[in-house]
Amino acid sequence: MSSPSTPMSGFESQPLAPAVISPHRILYWSIRRELWEHRSIYVAPLIVAGLILLGFLIGSSHMVANVRSAQSLGTMQLQEAIERPFSLAAMFLMGIGFVVSIFYCVEALHGERRDRSILFWKSLPLSDLTVVLSKMMIPLLVVPLITVALTVVTQMLMLLLDLVILQVSGLSLTLLWTNLSLSTMWMMMLYHMLALHGLWFAPAYAWMLLASAWARRAAFLWAVLPPVAIGVLEKIAFNTAYFPHWMQYRFGGAPGSEAYPGNDHAMHAWAHLNIVRFLLSADLWSGLAVAALFLFVAARVRRNRGPL
Amino acid sequence: MALIEGRGLRKVFKTTVALEGIDLRVEQGRILGLIGPNGAGKTTVLNAILGLTPYEGQLTVLGLDPWACRDRLMRDVCFISDVAILPRWLRVSQALDFVAGVHPRFDRARADSFLAKTDIRRTSKVRHLSKGMVTQLQLAIVMAIDARLLVLDEPTLGLDLLFRRQFYDSLLNDYFDRSRTIIVTTHQVEEVQHVLTDLMFIDRGRIVLDTSMEQFESRYTELQVRSQQLATARALKPICERQTLDRTLLIFDGVDRTQLASLGDTRTPSIADLFVAVMSNQPQRHGAAQ
Repeated sequence: MSSPSTPMSGFESQPLAPAVISPHRILYWSIRRELWEHRSIYVAPLIVAGLILLGFLIGSSHMVANVRSAQSLGTMQLQEAIERPFSLAAMFLMGIGFVVSIFYCVEALHGERRDRSILFWKSLPLSDLTVVLSKMMIPLLVVPLITVALTVVTQMLMLLLDLVILQVSGLSLTLLWTNLSLSTMWMMMLYHMLALHGLWFAPAYAWMLLASAWARRAAFLWAVLPPVAIGVLEKIAFNTAYFPHWMQYRFGGAPGSEAYPGNDHAMHAWAHLNIVRFLLSADLWSGLAVAALFLFVAARVRRNRGPL
Repeated sequence: MALIEGRGLRKVFKTTVALEGIDLRVEQGRILGLIGPNGAGKTTVLNAILGLTPYEGQLTVLGLDPWACRDRLMRDVCFISDVAILPRWLRVSQALDFVAGVHPRFDRARADSFLAKTDIRRTSKVRHLSKGMVTQLQLAIVMAIDARLLVLDEPTLGLDLLFRRQFYDSLLNDYFDRSRTIIVTTHQVEEVQHVLTDLMFIDRGRIVLDTSMEQFESRYTELQVRSQQLATARALKPICERQTLDRTLLIFDGVDRTQLASLGDTRTPSIADLFVAVMSNQPQRHGAAQ
């Protein structure tokens, strides 16, 4: 862990810092550090999960009636009635994950300058690029994984509650097994979070990190205004809207984007989904290249930055 | 090769020149005091050494270019700054965990044993510590790092007398050995007089005095002159003269001490007195230096 503190015998004879800490250990501690500072990364989703469960609990009072009436309408309606709360829970948690990522990115390299702690972080043997990359891991990996894990737990609790209610009301438990395919939903969601919320949105996160490293104040405006300005300029100069449409394509969400070539309902699109095609698409890789460029610039900017 | 070597170090902010091309050389095992009025360029020099700011001219610290390899350099360099730089949301235990996690030369046990001597609780957040405790925490972290250069920028600013005394005692007794080097800037000059091995005065981006303490003691003499000898003493060209209640004190640069002894009582001037003398001899200085 740390080098033995033997007395040193002189400048010339002492080789410069042979001890090196492995990159994955630095990454591990950097991510833990981010979670210490930005507790909203997990607190906000936890609160939303709590609200979902509360809402589900309140709604469960008329759940049996809903299922009974849906049963008489047909299998599609029945499946819909049983599955809808679970889909909604996943959607809300993905939504809050996205919001958390945005706020995190805008704050990440700005807060450390505002509270002057950048001087402390810079007194440690971590390069600016290491710091920026480890911060990028939060929206790229940590938030998606927290979102999936929390969704799994939330839906398990919902399932448990459903089982109890069905049991008590005398309805058949097989209703759940035949109409609810949670494991498929989880697999879909894991892919959706890592591919879309992580990789596909990467240039947006990198851009926001750059804005947060750059801005003296109002980092959020620095992140938002340039794209808006380009759109306004294009509209007034050429009366076209290619840039806003392109932005919509890049960051508009699942349907229509490269991650989901088929245009089906996202959570049922497992069959349409082509991971290989997504991973080989030029749009994904050009986006990642742009993200890498933004991160590199953000690291250069941070190098020049001190306390505000 | 010296631990720190700078040639023609120059730094210009938008309209002001912070450093006017200074030369700098610090050998290993020294404790250098960098003394100067506010805005003299002390912090700029330190920031250049720490790789926190770009500069013109040449500078190597431990053989490295600090601006190009700050992260590499920070394995062997520590610093404590006057401003509160520990994030307020950080817990004491987290600070230790994190530094232990990423710093190859951090000895957790050493930091723990230092903290055990203080009132700091591991579960406290930095925001709940007093200013003295924050400095103790920083000192605990720094002393547990087996570094070769320690940079202190006004480390005792705003601390009470007990903490200040303790700070330098810990530094000298538990940390400093001849393989380490310390650079300190401070306005509390009297505190460091007996700590320093080297002294540097800096004013408006220029080095106006660069001396070892041995040289300092042999070169400068403060004479408490007998009133009937005042004219004779003045003829020897003191660099400064000041009146106290009933005495006249003169400071001489490079005048033989035995010669001066015949005119009154002689002793080595305090750094503070010499500082005032040197600064008031600088052209166009308005206002008091300290």
